[in-house]
Amino acid sequence: MKPIFTGFAAIILIGLGSAFILPELGWSSAERQSSENVRLD
Amino acid sequence: MMTRLLALVMTFLLMGPALAQDTAPDRSATGGAQTLEDIMARQAGLAVNDAERRANVGDPDSAAGIAEQFGVLGGVSDPELWRGVRYDSADITVSAGGPVAETLVQSTGMTWFAFREGPLATYGGWLLLGTIGALILFYVARGRILVDGGMTGRFVVRFQFIERFSHWLLAGSFILLGLTGLAILFGRKVIAPTFGPEANAMLLKWAMYVHNNVAWAFILALVMIFLLWVWHNIPNRLDLIWFVQAGGIIGKNHPPAKKFNAGQKIIFWSCILLGSSIAASGVALLFPFEVNLFAKTFALLNATGLPELVGYGPLPEVLAPQTEMQLAQAWHAIVAFVLMAIIIAHIYIGSVGMEGASGAMTHGEVDEAWAHQHHSIWLDEVKAKQQNEAPAE
Repeated sequence: MKPIFTGFAAIILIGLGSAFILPELGWSSAERQSSENVRLD
Repeated sequence: MMTRLLALVMTFLLMGPALAQDTAPDRSATGGAQTLEDIMARQAGLAVNDAERRANVGDPDSAAGIAEQFGVLGGVSDPELWRGVRYDSADITVSAGGPVAETLVQSTGMTWFAFREGPLATYGGWLLLGTIGALILFYVARGRILVDGGMTGRFVVRFQFIERFSHWLLAGSFILLGLTGLAILFGRKVIAPTFGPEANAMLLKWAMYVHNNVAWAFILALVMIFLLWVWHNIPNRLDLIWFVQAGGIIGKNHPPAKKFNAGQKIIFWSCILLGSSIAASGVALLFPFEVNLFAKTFALLNATGLPELVGYGPLPEVLAPQTEMQLAQAWHAIVAFVLMAIIIAHIYIGSVGMEGASGAMTHGEVDEAWAHQHHSIWLDEVKAKQQNEAPAE
């Protein structure tokens, strides 16, 4: 059962990593689907 | 069902050029402009041949000069200019927004919307429900596939830790992506009427967030399982025996197999090929208007002559940026539906459908009797290896 939980933990880690790192690099999907003429806030 | 789906997709893809290729009707009475029949057909929702309007967007090189009789500024009259805008062939310059903003009118938006809300959701939904129904019927008719003569109680290692980890990384991410993808597609139709629009909006916001970020785990797992298992999934002559004996699922025969039998190879290559296609179209959707896949693919297909061979004209090689995204979404969803149906069957056979199969991916070991029945050559290889590695007494 260990690989199952490790696999699921890796999904969460990669997902969180993507959610935090990509916006820092300006590569989040939200940013890519926007432009300087669109105000998100 | 697949034929119908493909036909619909092809219709969607080819709508523009196909209409343009119809024999042009006689419009001499209106000097080439649209006729009453055209207007009536449009109102009735029928296809209208717009080839002449599409092409009649002015030609500044052969137009009368501005100082001459019938000369117009720029050599293009207002109706010609607006036709160019309508059919996205006018030379538009924008100060912001890039090539995407240069398309002022794009016709495929409503076609895509109608396809997504209609055939995609309907046929996709029925494909999944039909697969589940067929598996229930199969279970009722055939029952669980048991190990002949019972288990031995002796176990053999089937999958190492890294193999099981990669499998569950792929499985977990695919299930999350599948569920969130279905929620995004069916949210407005199913969730909103049942739980209200606010609940639907909140759920879909999180579904989109999960879908966008879990995608990377799926792509990584896809690469891992490819590297780990591709060598074992190369087709060989044993696969033919497996197909002849229907994999031992129907009847009492159990065809010999190495580590993976032909059925498992189908699952593997489905994951790799369909999964890669879903990943490529998914990345195109994650980074919109950066990756344009379809115009290039269509150009490649046209070079092979395949579209004309199956009765279609050449596929469009110039697509509006928005059309690229619409095709990416439609393709992403169609291929995902097919892969989901295949994976539902895989989950069935790996759990309730077959006695002794689930242990391979949970604790990594299978009973020798199970291994002998389903992977006899692989078991012999493992035993021979164990004997060679055993210390001499």
